[in-house]
Amino acid sequence: MNAAVQFVQEQLTAKKEVPAFKAGDNITVNYKIIEGGKERIQSFRGDVIKKQGTGATATFTVRKISDGIGVERLFPIFSPNIDSIVLNKVGKVRRAKLYYLRERSGKSARIKEKRV
Amino acid sequence: MKGIIGKKIGMTSIFAADGKQTACTIIEAGPCVVTQVKTNDTDGYAALQLAFGDKKEKHATKAELNHFSKANTAAKKFVKEFRDYSIEKALGETITVDIFEEGDKVEVVGTTKGKGFQGVVKRHGFSGVGEGSHGQHDRQRAPGSIGGSSYPSRVFKGMRMAGQMGNDRVKMKGLKVVKIFPEKNYILVSGSVPGHNGSIVLIQK
Repeated sequence: MNAAVQFVQEQLTAKKEVPAFKAGDNITVNYKIIEGGKERIQSFRGDVIKKQGTGATATFTVRKISDGIGVERLFPIFSPNIDSIVLNKVGKVRRAKLYYLRERSGKSARIKEKRV
Repeated sequence: MKGIIGKKIGMTSIFAADGKQTACTIIEAGPCVVTQVKTNDTDGYAALQLAFGDKKEKHATKAELNHFSKANTAAKKFVKEFRDYSIEKALGETITVDIFEEGDKVEVVGTTKGKGFQGVVKRHGFSGVGEGSHGQHDRQRAPGSIGGSSYPSRVFKGMRMAGQMGNDRVKMKGLKVVKIFPEKNYILVSGSVPGHNGSIVLIQK
């Protein structure tokens, strides 16, 4: 990354502790939602199907099956609205972008767990 | 009007406290040296000539060296004129990013990325023929008819056709100054600005 871009990002992006996770892992994202002046936390649990970008602009996509319908949500890693990220399971996958999960359902859409 | 010459560095994004993400462009602007002050009496119009970016003396012509020596400065790469400058500056003084404040609305002028000679689908957003069969052959991205035969029996002026795309001078208006780093001469403006990284842009207000 360009040194100037890195300098600006260091100045303007708040430091944040996030657990190390990668595509294939099952995580829970606790996301702050502000409704009518009140703040509450909503959790989104699913499999990470992609991590993208570097520095302050990096994002990740989480996919889950909700009532039989696939739901995907994209989060910026450095978003101040992310309260915490919890790593539930480490997955055993062979690629970095798991787009093939979109065409699968049921048993074949499962990701094997890696014994750590 | 006030303005400064800068170099596009790249893009990033910043987060507001409520989580709103804004895309920003980083521009390394100035310091610029005033190399000529034009006035109504001597030149017929008022303007400031600013110079930005050092270059080696061996790459400058003698005419350039003499012109820059009047302002008591080294040879510069880029020279631009700003009409009716709102800040009083004398010959040889420098202009830095301090002339802008956070929250200002500025205009950024640059040259867009050149795309070469492009067809109508890419250049004007035509949809192309749309199907591969029913007599269509070798004309998937063709423009179609450009005018009638009996009437008007000519092609109207301004008809959108294939041609050079990009490499145009473009002005982006209403960009907000998000942040200024005076010690590094960086200025962050909201949104995108024309051109590739490293290209010269003018920031003006």
